Amino acid sequence: MKVCIINYNLGNLTSVYNSVEALGVDVCISNNLEIINKSSHLILPGVGSFENGMDNLKQLNLIDILNHEVVENNKPILGICLGMHLFASFGYENKLNNGLGWIKGNVRKLNNKKSERLPHIGWNDISAKRDSILVNNITESLVFYFVHSYQFIPEDESVITGTCDYAGGFASMIESKNIFATQFHPEKSHDVGSMLINNFLYKSTSHVEN
Amino acid sequence: MLRTRLIPVLLLKNGILVRSRGFSFHQSTGNHIYQVKRFSEWKADEIIYLDISRSSSHSMNINKSVIGSTSSNMHKADDNEIDMVQIIKNISKVCRVPLTVGGRVKSLEDIRYRLAAGADKVAINSQAIDNPNFIAKSAKEFGSQCIVVSIDVKKDNNTWKVYKEFGKVNTNMDIDEWAVKTEELGAGEILIQSIDRDGSGSGYDLELINHITSIVQIPVIALGGVGNFDHLVDGYKANNAIALAAANIFHFTEQSVLNAKKHLDTQGINIRI
Repeated sequence: MKVCIINYNLGNLTSVYNSVEALGVDVCISNNLEIINKSSHLILPGVGSFENGMDNLKQLNLIDILNHEVVENNKPILGICLGMHLFASFGYENKLNNGLGWIKGNVRKLNNKKSERLPHIGWNDISAKRDSILVNNITESLVFYFVHSYQFIPEDESVITGTCDYAGGFASMIESKNIFATQFHPEKSHDVGSMLINNFLYKSTSHVEN
Repeated sequence: MLRTRLIPVLLLKNGILVRSRGFSFHQSTGNHIYQVKRFSEWKADEIIYLDISRSSSHSMNINKSVIGSTSSNMHKADDNEIDMVQIIKNISKVCRVPLTVGGRVKSLEDIRYRLAAGADKVAINSQAIDNPNFIAKSAKEFGSQCIVVSIDVKKDNNTWKVYKEFGKVNTNMDIDEWAVKTEELGAGEILIQSIDRDGSGSGYDLELINHITSIVQIPVIALGGVGNFDHLVDGYKANNAIALAAANIFHFTEQSVLNAKKHLDTQGINIRI
């Protein structure tokens, strides 16, 4: 196993690195095409704006290789927060932007009530579907750390494997074949977050082969 | 449901962890990595690390013996800056919850170094006051979610005034004006600190908590004054949207953060245990 955290100059890459390294797994932070190609698992983290995220992926020539590895080679990928959003067809932050388009849907601002603050920051509970790979066999309370103002709204609701009851409810986890994504930050969610990353690393491939 | 956050704050002065009183008296409290690791294990919801060193030319020898050798691959940074970045690198390895780092954040490069070293958010104070546009620039570059604006206030003739330079300089700015402005400029959170209550152990300024949470829509973290666990409950009751931070009370006692959380839980507050 060799995990590559995609470096597109956005976000808390070191936090993600520390959390994977703590699991005793071979991991690197890179945007080198050969390293991405030779990795068994990819992680696309990221905090920041949708537009910056896509611009940086383009500038680093990462779009083709990611399409190749994820769509053609079915390599398991975990998108975190902005990383999750970039999997969508379109984002509506500031202006309309194209995403990677792996999962049909849009990214829009959370529809918060007046009593609900934005950004949505802090530890919140998620409700998970029974067939979720990411939280498979986790018996601890599913409470994760969130920090975001936007949400991913997929066209096909069956890809949503977890929801969170804030701002009218939004998709907190998405799983579709080899593509996994969380709106929350497993790398900052203590033990339960480590378990989720562990599931992604050890259960995602058997899932694809099945 | 969104849980109430409990956030221990570590104060770093010239490389040494300290406790603080009235923003002026400081006493050493121990080793960084060990403290952060314990707080993380004790279910702290986040950890805030504030560097309150005043001089930029002090000796860091004591610090080096605590944290090991300094990194040689950082450029354009003075010794203290290198030490700060190295400290963040060390503590982020054991910090498995969000880590906010504040103090001497003056430029986009300062933010970049801190995030690259493993911080998840930065707290900006004096620089935001001197150059408010710095908030907008930082939020655009790194995203609002990692920009915490730290506001230090002191009561003057019954109104809260904003202070800068570690509570030394009165800006004469009204708290309402400044808090709303930081939100408009793109701050993701506000850390509100009462200078009057710092180290007093007499409880949060509850009026202040209620006031600031009602004038902004972004999340607010309160700091200053907690002397016992009931003060945390009082803070929550003043406005249940507030995130509860404290420094001194979490030092010196085993399981402090966890015990505080258990107390909040018994008071019916929805907290992660």
